[in-house]
Amino acid sequence: MTAAAREIRDGDVVFVGMRLPLLAFCVAKRLHAPRAVGLFEAGIVRDTPSPALLYTMCDPPNIQNAAACLSTAHVMSLLQRGDVDVGFVGGAEVDRYGNLNTSYVGSWREPSVRLPGSGGAADIACLSKRLVIMMPHERRRLRTRVDFVTSPGFGEGAGWRQRVGLPGGGPSALITTLGLFRFDRDSGEAILCSYHAGTSLAEIEQATEWPLRVARDLAPTPEPSRHELEIIREYDPTGFWTGTRSQV
Amino acid sequence: MTKLMSMEEAVATFVADGASVLLGAGLEGMIPFAAGHEIIRQRRKNLTLLAPISDMLFDQMIGAGCAATIGAAWVGNVSAGLGHNFRRACERGVPSRVVVRDYSNFTFALALQAAAQGVPFLPTRTVLGSDILLTNPDLVEFTSPFTAERLVAVRALAPDVAFVAVQRADADGGAHCWGALGVAVEACGSCRQLVLVAEEIVDHEIIASDPNRVLAPAFRVSAVVHEPFACHPSPVQGCYGRDHDFYHDYHRETRTADGAERWLARWVYGVGDRRAYLDLLGADRQTALRVRGPQLAAPVDYGA
Repeated sequence: MTAAAREIRDGDVVFVGMRLPLLAFCVAKRLHAPRAVGLFEAGIVRDTPSPALLYTMCDPPNIQNAAACLSTAHVMSLLQRGDVDVGFVGGAEVDRYGNLNTSYVGSWREPSVRLPGSGGAADIACLSKRLVIMMPHERRRLRTRVDFVTSPGFGEGAGWRQRVGLPGGGPSALITTLGLFRFDRDSGEAILCSYHAGTSLAEIEQATEWPLRVARDLAPTPEPSRHELEIIREYDPTGFWTGTRSQV
Repeated sequence: MTKLMSMEEAVATFVADGASVLLGAGLEGMIPFAAGHEIIRQRRKNLTLLAPISDMLFDQMIGAGCAATIGAAWVGNVSAGLGHNFRRACERGVPSRVVVRDYSNFTFALALQAAAQGVPFLPTRTVLGSDILLTNPDLVEFTSPFTAERLVAVRALAPDVAFVAVQRADADGGAHCWGALGVAVEACGSCRQLVLVAEEIVDHEIIASDPNRVLAPAFRVSAVVHEPFACHPSPVQGCYGRDHDFYHDYHRETRTADGAERWLARWVYGVGDRRAYLDLLGADRQTALRVRGPQLAAPVDYGA
């Protein structure tokens, strides 16, 4: 969670996706990015963090004292015209090119598991200048190739986004419960850059389906400061978002 | 002329078997569960259900066998994740198979906006490279005639009927809505019949006192249903909050098809109308969800 919050720079316009990103935005606002502005796909714009824990972006506290309540089309248009610096999404499955699947496991015509779908994630992945992906780290989720590309990352690799006509910059970070990946500018592949406290390279290799590429300067993820932890616990006192399996 | 009618009458009048029905324009808020439940009680079949995110309402209607087609960006349970009935229908055809046309939230909003503008499609850059293009024939790639850029044409989507929740309306269909609007404006503009589901009925003078807060001209409105707490367990700004536990309980209780049947028997078939549903929910729970203190906006001056 703290690693995700640190991806938000002060003054960024942030498109905040459903679920975990809601908390990452609040934490960043309270800590190092007080001038960041959050856009939420229901049309909400916030320049102050929500005063209370959110389960969904439409919970009434997220609307109280918002900077603006517009429409979905309006905030999505800001995203499309290039006004958004960084978008945050979660996903069920991701591959080494940062393509996300939240739609179908197996074939889309006869799926073995039907997942809920895009929501706004495809829009955020297509149109943000940088994309940050937050995921639980499990072998069945970090797939060599996803069955269905709901939200495109770097597609099939180098040059793919330009070929299909995508304007946004593509994935900038993949933050999992075990580590942080960045994406190689040339190949579009995920490269492990840091691992969180309490895990190891061997464990991450085991929990990743694709052959891991590791940065030369691989290092431990900086641990959350006491202040960061205090803010997270203030927003999520019961561990709804950050308990057990979802400690990103 | 008054457009007031009961939910039972509105569903009987405007929702035919096979109709396309938009339910829930506000994403995770302001979802008119009361309308969906009445459609289930009247045993409508072969519906096309439309919404960007209907949260668990579509899961309930799929479990009840009302739906043949879904056009949505997200179907499930926002608190718990997957929707069990949606999964059973898509994976095993239980209780019946549904066809899904996947949208993203932006393409869904654009589809309604195209219909609201009276044009056959609108262009966008989103979903280029997404496999959503494979599952939805209403999203088609094309080349801009002006710049040679790749774009996606989003085909206009005009629901036969839209149920749109508002905080207050007058009997003629003037209405105020505030909070997270989602696709509410586009929904009101795109549909053939518009049914407003209002928490409160007020005099026309109150609506006329703040015309900037109106979603659509009253002549677009076919009916106004007065139904307090119509959106429970989803929130309505200034009226009540989100009942998170209700979503978790639903998720747990509908893991099996039998469990889903029992849930519908208790909360939908077992109650005759919304009033009986609220009795079952209990006064204490309603009180706990109601807004604790008002937070009024500063008045605006329309003086001439």
